[in-house]
Amino acid sequence: MPKPEEARYTKTHEWIHLGAEASVGISDHAQHEMGDVVFVELPKVGQKLEKEKPCAVVESVKSAFDIYSPVSGEVTAINDAVTGEPALLNQSPLDNGWLFKMKPSNPAEGETLMNWAAYQDFVKQAAH
Amino acid sequence: MTCAATLDNRLSIEKSDPGRRGLWCKNPLRAKANVPANLRRKSPPRLPELSEFDVIRHFTRLSRLNFSVDTHFYPLGSCTMKYNPRFNEEAAALEGFAALHPLAHDTCAQGTLELIHDLSARLCELCGLDAITLQPAAGAHSEFTGLLLAKAYFENKGETRNEIVVPDSAHGTNPATASMMGFNTVNITSKPDGRLDVEELKKHIGPKTAVLMLTVPNTVGIFETNIEAIAKAVHEAGALLYMDGANFNALIGMVKPGDLGIDMMHLNFHKTFSTPHGGGGPGAGAIVCRKHLAPFLPVPTVKKEGGKFVSDFGDARSIGKVKAFFGNTGVLVRAYAYMLAHSAKEFGEIAVCSIINANYVAALLKEMYPSYSKEYCMHECVLTPGPDMLAKGLKTLDVAKGLLDRGFHAPTIYFPLIVHEAIMIEPTETESKDTLDEFVAAMKSVHDAGIADPQSLKDAPHTMPVKRLDEVQAARQPNLHW
Amino acid sequence: MYIPHTKSDKEEMLKTIGAASFEELVKQVPSKFLWPKLNLPAESLDESQAAARMAGLAGKNCRPLSFLGAGAYERYTPAAVKAITSRTEFLTAYTPYQPEASQGTLQAIYEFQSTVSALYGMDCANASMYDGASSFAEAVRATVRVTGRKKIVYSAGVNPQYMDTLKTYFAHSADYTYVKVPMKDGAMDKAALPALLEGAACLAVQTPNFLGLIEDMGGVAETAKKAGALLVAAADPVSLGILAAPGEYGADFAVGEGQSLGLPLAYGGPYLGLFSCKKEHVRQMPGRIAGLTKDKDGKRGFVLTLQAREQHIRRDKAASNICSNEALCALAATVYSSLYGPEGLKELAESNAGAAAFAAERLSAIKGCSLKFKGPFFNEFVLSVPGSAAKLREKALARGVDIGLPLVPLFPELGETLLVCATETKTEADILKLETAIKEAI
Repeated sequence: MPKPEEARYTKTHEWIHLGAEASVGISDHAQHEMGDVVFVELPKVGQKLEKEKPCAVVESVKSAFDIYSPVSGEVTAINDAVTGEPALLNQSPLDNGWLFKMKPSNPAEGETLMNWAAYQDFVKQAAH
Repeated sequence: MTCAATLDNRLSIEKSDPGRRGLWCKNPLRAKANVPANLRRKSPPRLPELSEFDVIRHFTRLSRLNFSVDTHFYPLGSCTMKYNPRFNEEAAALEGFAALHPLAHDTCAQGTLELIHDLSARLCELCGLDAITLQPAAGAHSEFTGLLLAKAYFENKGETRNEIVVPDSAHGTNPATASMMGFNTVNITSKPDGRLDVEELKKHIGPKTAVLMLTVPNTVGIFETNIEAIAKAVHEAGALLYMDGANFNALIGMVKPGDLGIDMMHLNFHKTFSTPHGGGGPGAGAIVCRKHLAPFLPVPTVKKEGGKFVSDFGDARSIGKVKAFFGNTGVLVRAYAYMLAHSAKEFGEIAVCSIINANYVAALLKEMYPSYSKEYCMHECVLTPGPDMLAKGLKTLDVAKGLLDRGFHAPTIYFPLIVHEAIMIEPTETESKDTLDEFVAAMKSVHDAGIADPQSLKDAPHTMPVKRLDEVQAARQPNLHW
Repeated sequence: MYIPHTKSDKEEMLKTIGAASFEELVKQVPSKFLWPKLNLPAESLDESQAAARMAGLAGKNCRPLSFLGAGAYERYTPAAVKAITSRTEFLTAYTPYQPEASQGTLQAIYEFQSTVSALYGMDCANASMYDGASSFAEAVRATVRVTGRKKIVYSAGVNPQYMDTLKTYFAHSADYTYVKVPMKDGAMDKAALPALLEGAACLAVQTPNFLGLIEDMGGVAETAKKAGALLVAAADPVSLGILAAPGEYGADFAVGEGQSLGLPLAYGGPYLGLFSCKKEHVRQMPGRIAGLTKDKDGKRGFVLTLQAREQHIRRDKAASNICSNEALCALAATVYSSLYGPEGLKELAESNAGAAAFAAERLSAIKGCSLKFKGPFFNEFVLSVPGSAAKLREKALARGVDIGLPLVPLFPELGETLLVCATETKTEADILKLETAIKEAI
């Protein structure tokens, strides 16, 4: 997996490693806010996703969070490890805790997302 | 009473002894049963085999692990945990009520029908509204019924309205109900005092708005002072004003919601009308409404015809049934018994004393637990841990657990959502000044103990049958039965 | 009135608050709304007066020897059940939001879930719903969520009130279609299933069905599965003392009316919705669920779990808006089942089947009466009668016997018929009285 600095981020705290097959997950900040993740529901391989539309669900003890697709495209793989062991999202959100891979239908969409520095600023601002 | 050392937390199935029995059914007619073998179950259900005494001891033991209104002050905000009069229980247990089959012929049900008729009339009067259904089984179920009424009402008028407006301070059931009904929920940000901003409201209502759902008093415990302007705005938009009646205890006998301009509201009998909560039900609810909504009410309702009470099945405009049969009649009998014990003036006294009690607690705690609202509250107050506690990393949850160690049930916590670290206290009118004084002392003791030794409070409770439980494991690997 | 405050208490409290009068506290309420005239009694009743009033009303309900069933069944409520449910530590507690102070309620719910899972032969159950009708409707809704389909196929023998409730739940949308499986001799015509199930979210079946007949569920789940539809089965829990469990014939969701487990009839409620399902649908279960876990010392304890779907957290994304269960009724049902155990429930079920079989034998021998259907039934059956069933019922009522429910309003196609039910509370002598009452009424 590439480094967090190389990913792009959404305002809803998903990360995406852009590429022909892009991988998607949630940021370390997001897993921290959620607390212990107890359940993950992923999209199906082959499912068509739309940018900013809910495509997965992550549940903590008290809350359920929708995960929004950072870009439009088709799901090419899902991480079965996290459905079996949701704690991976807390332990390794940017690496072993990836959620799914997708083939973006409009690669330009990814370029509009925040880079690492912008996301850091965004999180800091949101805290105030 | 409860002490961890005496806790025998085996499940009933772990006490089972094959061949042991509690009850028998010796009806000789059972020999006549002739159910063919291919329709029979292959293996018996895995249920415990116990003597009657085993069962009694098992469940009596379990009962002693609970806090309850009868044993502990239970100031759960929004839940109105008032005293549940014993008389209500005795009345509901009368064979004439308890043994009546729901499909009994009207001539056999005259007593219950008369009770429902009289209860309906009294509740309409208290609410200042015209018509009622007692069919819903609970508050959320009433909301569902209310929105169905709205839908039928607008359909009948030939209007398409698909939005429900809900303030962000609302009970979570409001948006859930709207969504379940296929409405779009429009959330409005409340003013910092929890009240609705009329100008903001006007921006969000229009020809698509079906209903504004409003809790009065709101979930911060204060009255919606601009209610008239709100009602006017809603009606000018052609929409309906729904009042969530969860907090009706603050108004009963003192304010008629109908006078405020609302079109319909719900009641929770297990809150305002003293029926027991039973560990989470059964409750019962009602929708009380104006004349223009009456034709859409669920059926049957009860009417009086020539000195007899009859089930009225209305006409095609009715939304139909929201529950099999008549509703939770057993709960209605209790509520009616409660009503008999109150005159017009005494109903008002419920509101008065519930409001005094909440303000009394808020006043005595204001140094350590500041009120969210800067004004007097109605029947409940919303507090937060003070800055000194927050500075030590102590949270509302810690206060809740510390109270358990001191023999008090915790208030409602982390609600309303618009208040950070909310502690929502609803003492109800049936608690005496002495009890409130003891509660205040416990709250102060929790504060002092927390400041002196934060970790100890974070580890609380220490004296309950169990310590803090692993909810993460419970949710990750659900173990839901033996 | 149940208020402890004396006049001086109130004065003292207002002084502490710093308010000159109560009116100051409610200044936030526009004064014109305060203290309206209430057209209610100026005097309340004292307890003995109220007791007389309640006894008077209860006395106006007459108590015929009743053979009514149709979804609510006459049972004896054992003394031990009443003793436990009247313990006020259960009665006056609330939803177990503070688990450390609610282990009694939580363990009782867990044992209830276990009881329901065992009776229905399913993987898991929730803490209960309002009644059988709401459980049924919630189960069908769950199948719509799981499959993404909106066609609902149901057997004609499903309790019409259950279908009414379901349709009310889906009233907001015209997208749902309902397809009824035709009846053959009072039971579901299985041959019609494959064609009807195409594109369906579920097949919803009740057995014993509303007319009392036991559906033969052999192969039904497989047929549904082939069409990609889920199977929802509604079953009376007492019947499961002897009848095949929904889990045994492959149901995905199984529901029932828990009133049957010893709860009073109480003119329709409070009752108890039983809801269970296969493991893979556990997160589709609406309402509350108790789970077993450990406390920080490793000691066994119970919590509400899988709460994230609950309305108070997910707000408008909730699976359902329901936030209360029928905990006290669930407790009663758990105590009832624990007292009878597997053998006792079998006896209860056999007694129901036996009493109904005996009644059917006697009544079908009356001139002009006959059994409408030949198939095996549990504790109720359809009796064809000469002339108006409603009139017969009224005549017999005058003699103190409620001979059953006239079916004309619900099933006009069956002609003049009565749905007659006999549970274990009925003796041979009672059934002979029923026979006489019908004969005399004819």
